[in-house]
Amino acid sequence: MKNIELRGLTHVYSRGTPFEKTAVDDLDLTIEAGRTVGLIGHTGSGKSTLISHLNALLKPTEGTVLLDGEDIFASKASIRSARFRVGVVFQYPEYQLFEETVFADIAYGPKNQKLDQAEVDRRVREAAAFVGLDEQYFDRSPLELSGGQKRRTAIAGVLAMEPEVLVLDEPTAGLDPAGREDLLDKLFSWKRARNATVILVTHDMSIAGRCDRLVVMEAGHIVLDGTPAEVFARSDRLLSTGLDLPPSAHIARLLREKGVPVPADVYTEDRLYEAVLTLWKRRKGGGAAC
Amino acid sequence: MDPVIRVENITYTYPDSERPALDGATLDVAPGSFVAVLGSNGSGKSTLAKHLNAILLPDGGRVLVKGMNTTHEEHLLAIRRCVGMVFQNPDNQIVANVVEDDVAFAPENLGVDPAEIRRRVDGALKQVGMYDFRLHAPHLLSGGQKQRVAIAGVLAMEPEVLVLDEPTAMLDPAGRREVISAVEALCRERGITVILITHHMDEAVRADRVVVMDRGRIVMDGAPADIFPQADRLRALGLAVPAATDLILRLNAAGMDLPVEALTPEACAAAIGEALA
Amino acid sequence: MLKDITLGQYFPGDTPVHRLDPRTKLLLTVVYIVALFMVNTWGGYALCIAALGAVMAVSHIRPRALLKGLRPLVFIIVFTAVLNLFFTAGDDVLFRWRFIKITYTGLERAVSMVLRVMLLVSGTFLLTYTTSPLAITDGLERLLSPLKKLRVPVYELSLMMCIALRFIPLLIEETDRIMSAQKARGADLETGTLPERAKALLPLLIPLFVSSFRRADELALAMECRCYNGGEGRTRMKQLRMAGRDAVAFALGGLLVAGILLLRRLGI
Repeated sequence: MKNIELRGLTHVYSRGTPFEKTAVDDLDLTIEAGRTVGLIGHTGSGKSTLISHLNALLKPTEGTVLLDGEDIFASKASIRSARFRVGVVFQYPEYQLFEETVFADIAYGPKNQKLDQAEVDRRVREAAAFVGLDEQYFDRSPLELSGGQKRRTAIAGVLAMEPEVLVLDEPTAGLDPAGREDLLDKLFSWKRARNATVILVTHDMSIAGRCDRLVVMEAGHIVLDGTPAEVFARSDRLLSTGLDLPPSAHIARLLREKGVPVPADVYTEDRLYEAVLTLWKRRKGGGAAC
Repeated sequence: MDPVIRVENITYTYPDSERPALDGATLDVAPGSFVAVLGSNGSGKSTLAKHLNAILLPDGGRVLVKGMNTTHEEHLLAIRRCVGMVFQNPDNQIVANVVEDDVAFAPENLGVDPAEIRRRVDGALKQVGMYDFRLHAPHLLSGGQKQRVAIAGVLAMEPEVLVLDEPTAMLDPAGRREVISAVEALCRERGITVILITHHMDEAVRADRVVVMDRGRIVMDGAPADIFPQADRLRALGLAVPAATDLILRLNAAGMDLPVEALTPEACAAAIGEALA
Repeated sequence: MLKDITLGQYFPGDTPVHRLDPRTKLLLTVVYIVALFMVNTWGGYALCIAALGAVMAVSHIRPRALLKGLRPLVFIIVFTAVLNLFFTAGDDVLFRWRFIKITYTGLERAVSMVLRVMLLVSGTFLLTYTTSPLAITDGLERLLSPLKKLRVPVYELSLMMCIALRFIPLLIEETDRIMSAQKARGADLETGTLPERAKALLPLLIPLFVSSFRRADELALAMECRCYNGGEGRTRMKQLRMAGRDAVAFALGGLLVAGILLLRRLGI
């Protein structure tokens, strides 16, 4: 089932001025419902501009954005509905917190959806539980929380709208390694529970490795598109966009350069471990036979 | 050689907090060394950094910069000049709207002669590879470029120590590479002592020494090759292990005999390549 | 989007006007404004227009850029014109219809006031078009530096202006970002009654304040780390130095004043 379809999407900033810049250029992209898609690319490759179209924050200069086959810019009502059906968590979302209490801040989105109080209440509690935010914080000011808790509060504020599509722009930026893993695990378990579509915008390749599909952008175009294994197998093209490889894929690539026959699609540590171990056992076995 | 910075059993509690942020931290830093400081959020890394140039003063214990006690007011400018500090968000460190005017800010504050300021500004910008951008407006630069300008702004004081508090946290991979290479070159080629606070293990493996903090104390301290193979302990402290080290430890557990001091992807691939040759 | 607004009026360039010392340009702008108020003949206006035209030609500023700058002032200009046109007393009536009366004196006053306002504004625009905000700040600081003796914190004021200029693009970006984030949570900033809209701005203003304070804190810390200690004992990398062209500019400015005074005396 198609969930999101971009057709000929083009966005030009400051049109007609000397600062004119084409951020997204005649781009086609279809994202199936229920998938986890990693959108990766160097800063300025057009990722952020692209995602702002998905919930109708930006109007395309040209092209259309279809949500379940319908143009989201068709009417005021469809724009409004796209806002709630596609939840976007921007970079450093903790800077958007403004309510007096954590509870009220998470409730801001659902309240804008004009839900009744009981439903708002249920959603706030559920979203907070998903991100691992204890209810003891509900009455505190969001400004008193630690950095990691602020991030969770802000993300819960979007989850509470119960979007069908969740877009996250660098959700783990600035967190420590343990915090990063923990937050990702929680987001993936939310995705499974709700069977939602998730779009992760990132340049952290260890996050990218957890997606079903990777879309690599450069200068407003899609330059690579496929499963992580397919994308990381084309390491030369990926590196030429200024991105990194996941560490295991990097080691595998260096091994191949040394003539060690590690398959090109190895990008996780488990697969690399098995590949090296197999080669070693084979060599040891062969050595013993001589 | 005498340590350039000596931290002696310092404690510090923020005014609005009950729990101490630093709880008996002790550290000597040798001149010209490259020290990486690791630790989960809230372990006291940034608080420690702010003690190194007298932004914060310890409640107990003392900090000596080239023998000068940071609590002695008369040494304040000399200490600040000697220990330069770079923070996470480059946007909030740049004062002027033209790159070279920003880099000139510190020497102007120090009352340096105009011709000498010009020399220092040009030199600092060249050292971080930003000389060609000297007339640009900072807000039109990339994150990595802005952070290099911020570093140049500190270098213009001609400091002996550079303390960087998560300088790459807000940058993309290309920006991170730019900044870390610039910092490494400053240490290796110019002999500037570097203290780098980071969450990125691939940055820490390039240091001479790794210091791990937890709850306001220094709990591990040694060469990267001694620290990173202690994978379980690092994980228990909320830290990650470099992918190369993790792979080597697992392969060794399965019977291979690879050197655990191969911390970088390059060293790891070389070691495996050799074992399979 | 807010980003689309082009900020600052400065058109970078490398013309003799751009290269003038900012102090020269500031002082000459003051001279020009004073001269403009001494003008009371059509010949004087013609001379001012000619002077303005000459500066525009030398600095490659197109008339269109100037007109674009004047556009927001159309209301004031029209208002001035109407006021003078209809409400000037006089016997030399040109046109009368019911209670509306236009006199020759009124027409003359209206035209001269409009010319004066436009010339005044255009002159100051030329200053900002050819001088970067930083150079203006710098020039002002040095012109006002004698006030330091009166304990006016001239350096601090100019630093404040410089930092404000530096942070404007950042704050605009930040506003854009927070606006997007709140709209993504269904904030409606465009419809509703006035009180409703004012209330709807809170989700934008509070985070903006919080983040501005955080930025200010971090900036203060970074400045402290770079040995900022107030204006005392500070030196400057860039020394402003008057050159030959500044002398020429002052001479031309003097000629303009002399010309206006002459035309005033002659009544042309």
